[in-house]
Amino acid sequence: MVLATIFQNGVSIEFYIVLSTILFVIGMIGVMIRRNAIILLMCIELMLNAVNLLMVAFSTYFGQADGQIFVFFIMVVAAAEATVGLSILVMAYRNLRTTDVSIFNKLKG
Amino acid sequence: MNLETIAIILGGLTIGSALMVIISKHPVRSVLYLVLTFFMISANYILMNAQFIAIVNIIVYAGAIMVLFLFVLMLLNLSRENEPKSSIMVKLSAVIAGGTLFTVFIAALKDGVAVAATTATDADSIGLVESLGQLLFTKYVLPFEMSSVLFIAAMVGAVLLAKREKQIIE
Repeated sequence: MVLATIFQNGVSIEFYIVLSTILFVIGMIGVMIRRNAIILLMCIELMLNAVNLLMVAFSTYFGQADGQIFVFFIMVVAAAEATVGLSILVMAYRNLRTTDVSIFNKLKG
Repeated sequence: MNLETIAIILGGLTIGSALMVIISKHPVRSVLYLVLTFFMISANYILMNAQFIAIVNIIVYAGAIMVLFLFVLMLLNLSRENEPKSSIMVKLSAVIAGGTLFTVFIAALKDGVAVAATTATDADSIGLVESLGQLLFTKYVLPFEMSSVLFIAAMVGAVLLAKREKQIIE
């Protein structure tokens, strides 16, 4: 059974614009205040999900399925990014014994 | 209880659990709150009739990526004691910068031109597997095949990076 979309039932698109902007800003603040590199990767995932939420909202709002295909591809890229990022972190932890991002400035030069 | 009330309650729960991700001190607790956030976002997708994306979000994000994060956290044996802390000035300036960004986004979007929602009768079923699969394997078949190449590259990269290199250590 398929219900009518919520945009035909009184919920405005501005609600989802504000919601996903708040989620994106929370992810960005998290990137700035946390220094554990794993939490930083998690906050990037949160920002990607905020974009996904807005894309699905507009896809439903306009009745076009293309936005949901793009969300699918963003998930693919996020999975690949998390895999490579976490393996780089494991490698760095093996050599430096920490995941504090401020210690990675030794990488320069 | 109408749909608008449900949407507002779900939105509040999503923001609350996302805030707990960056507030909680213990990294494992952060991961668990992020899983909760992903479940809330999936509930929002179901509310918007995007059933396929909702299930994929739970399986891929909450099921695969977050378990990978949890594995790495337990492997590295981090705890509350050796969690690096940033100073109060950094936190304050980060919150001010984030609030400024939010204000700018909302101010920019406030002047946007409102376009009416679709009134098509078949718009209800676009989030189902049938229509998405039709689109994915006709119009977007080349990006779909390219993503498999991306996955192979990521897999090879992860194996190469995580492998212990004996020649360099000795």
